[in-house]
Amino acid sequence: MELQAVLMAAGGGSRMMDLTYNTPKPLLPVGNKPLIWYPLNLLERVGFEEVIVITTKEVQKALSTDQRMKTDVKMRLDVVCIQEDADMGTADALRHIQQKIKTDILVVSCDLITDVALHEVVDLFRAHNATLSMLMSKVHEFTETVPGQKGKKKAGEQRDFVGVDVTGKRLLFMANEADLDEGLVLRKSIMRKHPRMLIKTGLLDAHLYCLKRSVVDFLVHNKSVTSIRGELVPYLVRKQFSKSLNSKTATEDTERNQKQQDADHNLELLSTSKDEALVQLARERSCWNDHRGDMSEAYHGGKLRCYVHIMEEGMCYRVNTLAAYIEANRVVPKLFEEPPIHPTAAVSERSLVGSDSIIGPFCQISDKTSIKRSNVGTSSIIKEKVKITNSIIMNGVTIEEGCNIQGSVICNNAVIGRGADMKYCLVGSGQRIEPETERTNEVIVGSDQLMEI
Amino acid sequence: MSMLVTEEDEKKQEIIRAKGEGKELTKEEKQRLRKEKKQHKKNKKDDRGPPEKEKEKASVPAPSKPATQSPAHKAAPVPVNASASESPVAAEKPAKSKAELRADRRARQDSERASKPGKKEVGQQSTSSKPKATPSELQPVVKRLPEHVQVDDPAALKKLAKKLERQQVPLRSDYGYKVSLFSHLHQYSRKNPPTQQISIPVTAIHPSIVRLGLQYSQGIIAGSNARSVALLHAFKQVIQDYSTPPNEELSRDLVNKLSPYISFLSQCRPLSASMGNAIKYIKKEISNIPNQCKEEEAKRRLQECIDSYINEKIILASQAISKYAIEKISDGDVILVYGCSSLVNHILCEAFEKQRKFRVIVVDSRPRLEGREALRRLVKKGIRCTYVLISALSYILPEVSKVFLGAHALLANGYVMSRVGTSQIALVAKAYNVPVLVCCETYKFCERVQTDSFVSNELDDPDDLIVTRNGKTHLENWQTVKSLGLLNLVYDVTPPDFVDLVITDLGMIPCTSVPVVLRVKNVDQ
Repeated sequence: MELQAVLMAAGGGSRMMDLTYNTPKPLLPVGNKPLIWYPLNLLERVGFEEVIVITTKEVQKALSTDQRMKTDVKMRLDVVCIQEDADMGTADALRHIQQKIKTDILVVSCDLITDVALHEVVDLFRAHNATLSMLMSKVHEFTETVPGQKGKKKAGEQRDFVGVDVTGKRLLFMANEADLDEGLVLRKSIMRKHPRMLIKTGLLDAHLYCLKRSVVDFLVHNKSVTSIRGELVPYLVRKQFSKSLNSKTATEDTERNQKQQDADHNLELLSTSKDEALVQLARERSCWNDHRGDMSEAYHGGKLRCYVHIMEEGMCYRVNTLAAYIEANRVVPKLFEEPPIHPTAAVSERSLVGSDSIIGPFCQISDKTSIKRSNVGTSSIIKEKVKITNSIIMNGVTIEEGCNIQGSVICNNAVIGRGADMKYCLVGSGQRIEPETERTNEVIVGSDQLMEI
Repeated sequence: MSMLVTEEDEKKQEIIRAKGEGKELTKEEKQRLRKEKKQHKKNKKDDRGPPEKEKEKASVPAPSKPATQSPAHKAAPVPVNASASESPVAAEKPAKSKAELRADRRARQDSERASKPGKKEVGQQSTSSKPKATPSELQPVVKRLPEHVQVDDPAALKKLAKKLERQQVPLRSDYGYKVSLFSHLHQYSRKNPPTQQISIPVTAIHPSIVRLGLQYSQGIIAGSNARSVALLHAFKQVIQDYSTPPNEELSRDLVNKLSPYISFLSQCRPLSASMGNAIKYIKKEISNIPNQCKEEEAKRRLQECIDSYINEKIILASQAISKYAIEKISDGDVILVYGCSSLVNHILCEAFEKQRKFRVIVVDSRPRLEGREALRRLVKKGIRCTYVLISALSYILPEVSKVFLGAHALLANGYVMSRVGTSQIALVAKAYNVPVLVCCETYKFCERVQTDSFVSNELDDPDDLIVTRNGKTHLENWQTVKSLGLLNLVYDVTPPDFVDLVITDLGMIPCTSVPVVLRVKNVDQ
């Protein structure tokens, strides 16, 4: 077997607590499908037959009971539960399932919605025998107004600095603004080997990684690494140019921590195969080099290589903030071939449902209702004379007569009283809005959730 | 003979075919012609048949053979030419008397053949029993064309598509407009990798073969020796991971398992002659595994075979060739090399280590610009080098004392198949009376015969020819201009008149001795 897929679905959605305090992030409806359906669909489309899903008990229960998931997803899901409060990072999770991992792995995050041609990422991994291959995309500006946003969007979102070589494929440098104290520090060894480096900041990390099996074994030996994106990836990128990867010299170095040495050793030794001599011979005889201008052989003789595929066009969203959630809901219905109005929904004749809206199963849309550019979830009840524009209505919502809902997000099981006027609001799960209220640009959540930071 | 007439007809028809007429038409014509010919021959034979019949009935008691064996066996000894052609004709005739005739004739034939070496009969039987009745007397004269030179033939394409579908290998589509002279060859683009339609993770093809295919198509492994070594390495991994299914023999099943892999690799990049020979060797070794051999033992044996093949044919061969070649390098020499041949680089590095004083001129050509890599390796060793593009060849040649060329394959008629531009170098060197030495290992010797670079070649990605200078890419939209074609040839053939010496691991031989070496190799095997 070539690759095993691992889906990380245990994250809490810490950047959109308003949405996720009652619903776990993997089950948030996007385009009337649970968020976790999208990466699963991506994996199924490319040909995976089984996926290891790391998630919480709640999500596991929901997955096993949801009828639609069972019919839509034909792959075998091997669900591994971890405790919600265990505060496990993604790397910890990999360590947890180390026994199940027999080959190289493809790690996907549950909040990734993309239509990337996955073979582009995996081909880099295969062709160059890389240790890490990841996916990034150009960031799209979000155009929709986000409820509860006071003032302009802060540009202070921590930027990622990504350095690639001339071809745009080899990953040379990766750091987050938060980790840099005064400025960007580039090692001379990198500049000597790759004098032309492009540093990009407007990239979104899709959290899709192809990792060699030896990396998992390395994680087992190094329990200090908790997060793939935060720690492991920058470590691997740095280690490409580390001098210590010459195994002969490491033994003479007595000052360094023995454990650290072993860790580096492991990574290199584990990635060499049995027939290294033949691979070396083939590379020697081949007239190819990945860089020009210096006297070194291909890959500068390094054994560790990290590659990135940067998507120029196409869709790639990570639904980890409210703005991203809204944007994804807007864009995703265009992907589907299903009819926008689910056959089981009871849509009255005299209502007006725009062509860019989608209505979920078992909904009831009453007369004289107008729904434009909105998503209405499963089993929602919309009474007469309601106007819904640019909004996201989740599952089980009841909207009484005469409401006017614009640019808002109404979460599961909320009830909007008669005649309410909501503009750019976010109504949390299970909330009740009093009739005849007028709210603009507010986040309405339960009082018990207010302390959750 | 009329046999040759059909061949000429076929050739004419093939030329007409290039205009785009359906091949079915010409095939029917061919079949019709063949039938007519057979009828004609049969009539002649029938006249002779009955008078001999009486003689036969008395002498030979061999009636059991006739009806059971295929009608193909009735090749009459006297009109030998008509032998194969009669088989399909005979199949049309159900009359019993004819079967008796056949039996008599066969009996006579057998008795006559008892004196002759049995080989010829076997050859005839096997060739004449082929449904397509390739006209054969002693040896197949018309070989079936390989698929990769019949790309403009829809029937061949359909056959290929069916075969690939059966093997679960994705079909890679051609790209862009092909220059008409080369429309019978595949032209792939790097933008459509062969892995587009394969599932991730791959199930039908072993992962190391997929990796190898990607490395071929992207040019990461390029060069005849490198490709063969990488191929054998991948096969080692395939054999390592192989487990015999129940009720199957390893010797037969493993060969069948390798076929889809080879199809996939040839979709990524057409196989080289060295790879073809390596594959033949492996298949032979696998088939020769005795049935009683345990799986572990068989696998170990195969791994050893592969290792010894690489060791003998590539590593030791290059050492032997260096030894011979160094004799030819004297102090003060100016050696010209073209492109990046791993063998020539090895020779020059060895010569430099043996304290020969020489300098090297590296000639390079677009779009591959492989000479830069050769230049890097030689300069890293410490050899004094000059670098020119091939357009400056006639300017630099007066300084040159010898030309060393590498080869992709050596053909059976002495022609050298090598990177495009090699024949130009050989030609100009001949004009300046500079000796041209070709270095080639014997495992690259190939039984193909070619006198031009059109029939069998490789078309590389045409977009490689596009270059951006001063921010402008003029050929960016070359596909929109209907009358423009980009041609990126990879190989060309050099006639033996331009090559003075071929240095192989068997010694230094003239170009015309290649068929001898091939014959000796075949006898050995």
